[in-house]
Amino acid sequence: MAGGGDDSFSREVPMTSPMTGDGDRVLGGDGQRVVGRVRFMDAQRVNLDGFAREEPGLGLVALRSPADPEPGLVISGDRVTELDGVPEASFDAIDAYIARHGLDLQVAGEAMGLSEVEFARRLVSPDVPRAEIVRLSAGATPAKLARVLALLRPTELGQAMTKLRARRTPSNQAHVTNRLDDPLLLAADAATAAAFGFREIETTVPVLADAPSNAVACLIGAAVGAQGVLFQCSVEEALELELGMRGLTSYAETVSLYGTEQVFVDGDDTPWSKAFLTSAYASRGMKMRVSSGAGAEVLMAGAEGRSMLYLEARCVALARAIGAQGVQNGGIDGASVAASVPRGLRELMAENLMAMMRNLESCSGNDALMSESDMRRTSRTLPIVLAGSDFMFSGFGSIQRYDNMFGPSNFNAEDIDDFLAMQRDWGIDGGLRTVPVERIETLRRDAAQACRAVYRHLGLADFTDDHVERAVDAAGSKDLGDTDTLAVVSAAHAIREGGLTVVDVVAALDESGYEAEAERIMDMTRARLAGDYLQTSAIFDEELGVLSLVTDPNDYAGPGTGYEPSAQRLREIDAIRQERGVEDLREQQARFAVPLLAVAGPAAPGQDPRDVVIGVSPAVGRDVWRCLSGMTVPDVLAELLAGLEEEGCAGRVVRFNDTVDLGRIGLAAARLAGSGIGIGLQGKGTALIHRRDLAPLANLELYSVAPSVTAALYRLLGANAARHAKGGTPDPARNPYSDEAIEARYHTTVIALMALERAWVKPGLPAEELSLEGLR
Amino acid sequence: MTVVRALSGRAVDELTLEAVRRGEVSLADLRIHPETLERQAEVAAGHANPQLADNLRRAAELTRLPDDEVLAIYEALRPGRSTPGQLTAMAGELAGRGLPRCAALLTEAAEVYARRGLSA
Repeated sequence: MAGGGDDSFSREVPMTSPMTGDGDRVLGGDGQRVVGRVRFMDAQRVNLDGFAREEPGLGLVALRSPADPEPGLVISGDRVTELDGVPEASFDAIDAYIARHGLDLQVAGEAMGLSEVEFARRLVSPDVPRAEIVRLSAGATPAKLARVLALLRPTELGQAMTKLRARRTPSNQAHVTNRLDDPLLLAADAATAAAFGFREIETTVPVLADAPSNAVACLIGAAVGAQGVLFQCSVEEALELELGMRGLTSYAETVSLYGTEQVFVDGDDTPWSKAFLTSAYASRGMKMRVSSGAGAEVLMAGAEGRSMLYLEARCVALARAIGAQGVQNGGIDGASVAASVPRGLRELMAENLMAMMRNLESCSGNDALMSESDMRRTSRTLPIVLAGSDFMFSGFGSIQRYDNMFGPSNFNAEDIDDFLAMQRDWGIDGGLRTVPVERIETLRRDAAQACRAVYRHLGLADFTDDHVERAVDAAGSKDLGDTDTLAVVSAAHAIREGGLTVVDVVAALDESGYEAEAERIMDMTRARLAGDYLQTSAIFDEELGVLSLVTDPNDYAGPGTGYEPSAQRLREIDAIRQERGVEDLREQQARFAVPLLAVAGPAAPGQDPRDVVIGVSPAVGRDVWRCLSGMTVPDVLAELLAGLEEEGCAGRVVRFNDTVDLGRIGLAAARLAGSGIGIGLQGKGTALIHRRDLAPLANLELYSVAPSVTAALYRLLGANAARHAKGGTPDPARNPYSDEAIEARYHTTVIALMALERAWVKPGLPAEELSLEGLR
Repeated sequence: MTVVRALSGRAVDELTLEAVRRGEVSLADLRIHPETLERQAEVAAGHANPQLADNLRRAAELTRLPDDEVLAIYEALRPGRSTPGQLTAMAGELAGRGLPRCAALLTEAAEVYARRGLSA
């Protein structure tokens, strides 16, 4: 992502609902007295976000501004003499570059003549191949493509993205940074990110002078984590290029483009300087993409009244014109500016699509936290993840928010498990995979130790064993304790001044006993020399095969075509570490088995009017020992028996072997009981009171929310059963209430527990009385 | 299949860990060869991106220049750094050294910078 935001935005724009924070409990945001319902709504996190009224004059408009030009192209001979309403003599630097290099004049007439609605329909239709869209788009002006994309509704944007991204296989990029620039933690975190499946890793620095150290640490860590991970160190452009020239990094993406000439020049560049820089990276064999995206021009008060989409259309046209293979866009640092205006999220997604239409790699943003609301930030990212992009994030924060030196990403380490679950929920490939917990530890230790060894071998710094272990275990840099940050600065200085190259790193790894890692870096360095990864949308797979527009072209043409995760990849997506099966549960239950509840004999009808039977389900005392609440089945039975006893009744425990249905168990228990009152208890903890003359599905009291039932409530149920037995009408116990997602948490366990119960059902097998020994 | 060579002329297959151990690998052995970039330019042109092809061909030219000269040209192209005359002169020099595409980029910049007030 690019640098360059500032905090002036929130002061300068008209806010529809200025917030007072959590200070005043009676007054609303505008100082007026509001009712509790509104104060409650005000207090929700979404109201920390800024929402701007559309203000085209400031560029605060997403898809279309009155000041956007009418699409138009006039050609004389082989020369563009008018572009989107601007005559050649008035071309600014951006117009001039696009007019000379950016358009395919052979198809311009056809493309510009196509109605916007027809063009938009072709984007969406599976019957129009990607190549045809690419052909037409090459002849369309920025204003034309902006008008076309503004027509697409959200699901149409998704459909178009699935078809138009360049690479068939989607992928993902990670941020790896920390507050201290700690090399051992960077190495451990780079290894972790690589293991999770990120195919590009981007680092940056809080302290510019540290950059060479960060580059070396992440290079080592990524090589430990997986083969073929591309790596960049995002810093000031001359230093970034220098690191690349030394082979320490393998790609770059912070070459920023802007949509107006003024802002471009404020950024200290021109289209020609950027075109040259683009070639400079390629000349050193480095992959490179440019960076643009809505909001930058608005934040720099230089939008000239144009819509965000139109300005970005200029950026993307320029990106293609200067010969960059790809674009990082979708807001980037300005994502929250786009998100503050109506239809802003459509605009962000349309930016990505614009790059795809121009046959460029899309690195699709989602790298700046655009809302305080978990729902809004998910709403922003999910459509792109579902549609699939070359890179769904131009920086998923693989580290914690506080360690992200780009600023928090829209998703961070806090969200990795959520993201893995989302991949599984939708059956889509977001580029990530589950890593076994033991492997995470091993990789982190290998990476930290290898990094330490290289720093020691090259005389850069010495790190203690304790420091290594802290880096291995750390969830973030706050877990490192006090570290020597000056050592990092001096290591970085030594790397830069000593002219250290990737060859030195390889030799140091090898001589320190990390031959495999040294080999990996050499293999990748060799693979890069073939240049295949300079093609559009290129990544390396873990066998160092290149996947790109050339080798892995997107062939989506409707259902049954295009990318599908392989069977193996699908298993990887499905098998998140929290997944459990019946056998896992059987083992877990067995750990709670105790030598109680032995069979005492066949169950006989009782005669005593104070006799109450507690009927239990078939797996109780066999495979099921622990209820959903965490109480053991014997403890629950002890409470029920104690409750009966308190009210002067005597309880028995009878196991029914012919049904798992709680109503039938309870009713059968009541029919055996001398009192005519029975308690039904399933092994998972659901319980009810039944009477012998009721229908099976009726009952007197029911605890349906088994996870929330406490010991005291079971005792109350026992006591109430006794009161019924004595002819009273007790006040029924209430189900405990919870606003948590109880069903999400327990339903899978319930299904497995019921499977264990079902396995013990034997129709016709009589009920048996269980021993009460040890239950009182 | 063409043998991939590094800028130094060595075949990339020779660039092994064993060679590093013998101290026989330098940074020039890890730099991309202009022929490789020319070949990739052909591929890009065949995949509907002539601009990427142009870029890779400019890059092929730039492999001949040392790092500091590449950075110096970039600096000269930034706004307000050079007069149109300086850019034109630099273009002439590059053309003379066999970098016609880079030269053309500078010539074009000189013309537009003069018109748009981006010169020194």
